[in-house]
Amino acid sequence: MSILHTVNKSPFEKSSLDSCLSMAKEGSALLLIEDGIFAALKGTAKESQMKDASQKLKLYVLGPDLKARGMAEERVIEGVEVVDYAGFVDLAAAYDKVSAWV
Amino acid sequence: MSEEDMMDDEIVKKFMFVNRRAPYGSIYALESLEVVLIAAAFDQDVSLVFSDDGVFQLKKEQDTAGIGMKNFSPTYRALEMYDVEKLYVSKTSMDQRGLTKDDLIVEVEVLGDEALADLMDDQDVIFSF
Amino acid sequence: MKFAIQVNEGPYQHQAADSAYQFTKAALEKGHEIFRVFFYHDGVNNATKLTTPPQDDRNIVNRWSELAEQHNLDLVVCVAAAQRRGIVDEGEAKRNGKDAENIAPGFRISGLGQLVEAGIQADRLVVFGD
Repeated sequence: MSILHTVNKSPFEKSSLDSCLSMAKEGSALLLIEDGIFAALKGTAKESQMKDASQKLKLYVLGPDLKARGMAEERVIEGVEVVDYAGFVDLAAAYDKVSAWV
Repeated sequence: MSEEDMMDDEIVKKFMFVNRRAPYGSIYALESLEVVLIAAAFDQDVSLVFSDDGVFQLKKEQDTAGIGMKNFSPTYRALEMYDVEKLYVSKTSMDQRGLTKDDLIVEVEVLGDEALADLMDDQDVIFSF
Repeated sequence: MKFAIQVNEGPYQHQAADSAYQFTKAALEKGHEIFRVFFYHDGVNNATKLTTPPQDDRNIVNRWSELAEQHNLDLVVCVAAAQRRGIVDEGEAKRNGKDAENIAPGFRISGLGQLVEAGIQADRLVVFGD
């Protein structure tokens, strides 16, 4: 049983990312969407936490949400894969269930 | 009888309701509880998790007279009558917020992050509000 | 695969309604089935046909209605949440003594059992919220 977690909050405003990471088990995945994408960027205070998370989780970020916020893919932390909405659908299908940290 | 042969209405799934918000500041807690009661009426295997500010939903002695809103906390005590008995609370969230089991209106099981993660992993459907 | 979608937020205020729409559209384009889209909390405001956004903005309500027509989608608005927020169809208006209805084409008002049923019947429930 594995979970696709989604986080849609900026980690600089809300604690959803921390809560999600504290409960995400090895082998599950995290997709950052909406304002959650700010956790996927290099050179932020969250970078090391995300790098640690990438040791046990598959990390994804929604490309259209990055682009909308003026963030080029080059700014995304290595180990975080950029996907589009079709990719989001594929992930939701590939994992057994989806947990939205709204 | 195999699972495939069962009628639709006999499917029992493990439903987890994740409550992460405090009551009254927004309607999520109240409307989440309404879904829980319906899910129980559909005879699903219902678990409730209270984590982050969701632990405040279970605080004893809520008195809403002064804010002109309905105090819905007694409903948590009524859950037992609907056979909703799996109530879990995050130990981390309780500790962070200075709460103990004595502060809570109902009997719950207090679990650490790892146990909660296992519990979540074991579900079929996760409802978030 | 059979997806159920839950939308917890109203249009424009929060991106959740947009994300839910984009996900639903992408899932349909990939040949998946959308068992139901369930609108809860302020999400019920996705269903008011009185919405009039500026012309250069997307019309979130019409967009749902069009998607529903193209794909025979089941767009369900929670009755209890809708009553609280003034989203009514003809039947609800009559029952509650209201002189107007405002439900957009393609949406229907029904009970929370529809969300629970979606959770039971669909392979995946995907929630979009605040």
